[in-house]
Amino acid sequence: MKKIVILGATSAIAQSVARNFAADGASLLLVGRDEQRLTAVAGDIVARGASEVQTYVCDLADHGNHEALFQAVPQKLPCFDTILIAYGTLGDQEKSQASFDVFKKEFDTNFLSVVSILEHFARVFEESGAGTLAVISSVAGDRGRKSNYAYGTAKGALSLYLQGLRNRLFSSGVDVITIKPGFVDTPMTAHIEKGPLFASSESVGRNIYQAMKKKRNVAYVPWFWRYIMTIIKLIPECIFKRLSI
Amino acid sequence: MKLDSWGKYPSVEHRQVLTPGWLPTELPFSDSETYLCYGQGRSYGDSCLNADGSLLRTTDLNRFISFDTETGVLRAESGVTLEEIQKVAVPRGWFIPVSPGTKYVSLGGAIANDVHGKNHHTSGTFGCHVRRMALLRSDQGIVECAPDENEELFCATVAGLGLTGCILWAEIQLKPVKGPYIDLETIAFGSLDEFWEISKASDQDFEYTVSWIDCVSTGDAFGRGIFMRGNHSEQADKGERKPFWKDFLRVPLHFPEWTLNNFSMQAFNTAYFHAGKTRAGKKVVHYDPFFYPLDAISDWNKIYGKRGFLQFQCVVPSENNNAAIKGLLSKVVEAGNASFLAVIKEFGNVASPGMLSFPQQGITICMDFPYRGERSLELFHRLEDHVAEAGGRLYPAKDACMTSDHFKAFYPNSTEFKRHIDPRCSSSFWRRVMGEELI
Repeated sequence: MKKIVILGATSAIAQSVARNFAADGASLLLVGRDEQRLTAVAGDIVARGASEVQTYVCDLADHGNHEALFQAVPQKLPCFDTILIAYGTLGDQEKSQASFDVFKKEFDTNFLSVVSILEHFARVFEESGAGTLAVISSVAGDRGRKSNYAYGTAKGALSLYLQGLRNRLFSSGVDVITIKPGFVDTPMTAHIEKGPLFASSESVGRNIYQAMKKKRNVAYVPWFWRYIMTIIKLIPECIFKRLSI
Repeated sequence: MKLDSWGKYPSVEHRQVLTPGWLPTELPFSDSETYLCYGQGRSYGDSCLNADGSLLRTTDLNRFISFDTETGVLRAESGVTLEEIQKVAVPRGWFIPVSPGTKYVSLGGAIANDVHGKNHHTSGTFGCHVRRMALLRSDQGIVECAPDENEELFCATVAGLGLTGCILWAEIQLKPVKGPYIDLETIAFGSLDEFWEISKASDQDFEYTVSWIDCVSTGDAFGRGIFMRGNHSEQADKGERKPFWKDFLRVPLHFPEWTLNNFSMQAFNTAYFHAGKTRAGKKVVHYDPFFYPLDAISDWNKIYGKRGFLQFQCVVPSENNNAAIKGLLSKVVEAGNASFLAVIKEFGNVASPGMLSFPQQGITICMDFPYRGERSLELFHRLEDHVAEAGGRLYPAKDACMTSDHFKAFYPNSTEFKRHIDPRCSSSFWRRVMGEELI
């Protein structure tokens, strides 16, 4: 059975992924900032059939907490074989433009802190010669747009970084999965008006679970975003710069 | 913001709709607005709506809190759907004690409407199986209640239409089963008297009974239908798989209104009766199509077009050889434009703890009518009068037009119930039947 560490386990998408693995009887370590919420998610996952559930409270955006995290993970869930990175922030684009500090924080949380964590677990899995690193990036990282390029830049850097990591770890038998969700109806997008392209966190969670089981390299969820983004990437820059999409 | 009920009538605007991701410890509304919890929106009329007031959607309050697989006691947040509960419980040998006709309802909604199912004659309503719950109220904060603790609040909350506060979580007792299958027997009947005989003969030996009845045909075919009765099967696994396309059945858009007419209804009812008659006999089926046949078609309410539809469900005592139900059915047949899915069942005498619980001993009949303005409302009021004369009552969860006088007559407990309402709670239904104003 799988032993999965979920970083950012209280997000709506992460909860949905965890439920799918729980139904298979997996063991999970849930990491997040809020103890009460982690406990609520843990209770849910146990009731849904997980063999074992542990929790660990940690603010992952803060690099200073990472050493303690690296110590805690193997103690709480020995022989873990999968890491899922599901935390992130959808910052305010206008605030990022107005203040470099805000921009930097967005980049730190969504990119640099993830790199710090992944580099550690990449070494661990490289040594053992097996393991899966699944990371939630975003379609926003596929092309820069004025409406959210602070977030998009961090996610774009993350996707690029994961390409390199996948290439490096291939020979060690470690899988790297880049997950690119489109619009998902979650508390993170509560303030945005929902259109027909919005998917529920349940369906996105199920798709991520399937992508992780099949060890996809790059998974767009839902699937149609692969084609939407292909078209968006094909638009020449001289036209794209005039658009508001 | 607009949120519809399943019948899409009435269509109203709300002041705001909030969807908390975690169990709230205080209500996120101001003192100048009323609120109501909204789960899956599967009530048919306006009991889940709060026009110009606010709604608290429980969609994301969908976590299990604990599940004891030894005793079958399950505690979950109120937004968990019955579908989720079945998915978790059935593989471990447990089953929802009372299943309504759709699995896409929330736990909180099942309690607030005190839903019933095909086993009313043996197991009563959903509320009979609730062990404990927690409410968040504007005046008292978080309050727990159970059949033997805060008993009055408990009895008001079961079938309380969401008016006693926000149900945060509930604990229910599941029932043990061997597997997901049902031993089903299907029998065709030619008249209401025949239905009555089969029903009487089935009560003892069958946990689940329900019938479809033709409410279009006249003459010899008047009151014909298909009786289905079943028990949980001892069979643990048939090894069958659901065909993949079954996940994709969906009504893609609202049907134009002309598609539903007397001719198409007659054709449907005749075809359905003969199909049922041909398939009559015994077989083993999965619980899903048996309990939730309509769930196989997503958004089936769109068949009734943009203006939506009205559902009529009443219960009447089965006195005088069922004169009341026969009279009611004749009125429906006479009026034409009736529904293609009418359901009839005999309720038992298991009492519910709910003050405003709908089921009572007698025969219940449930029909859909496409909404066609005044004409539909007139028919409804005629049927309502008939039910009132017969000493029956209507089901608030399905109602959009019951008059205030009738409601008060149907539910004499409503005066007592009023004392337990959260002062900040209100609903379109409640204001309509109690003649109250929005604060």
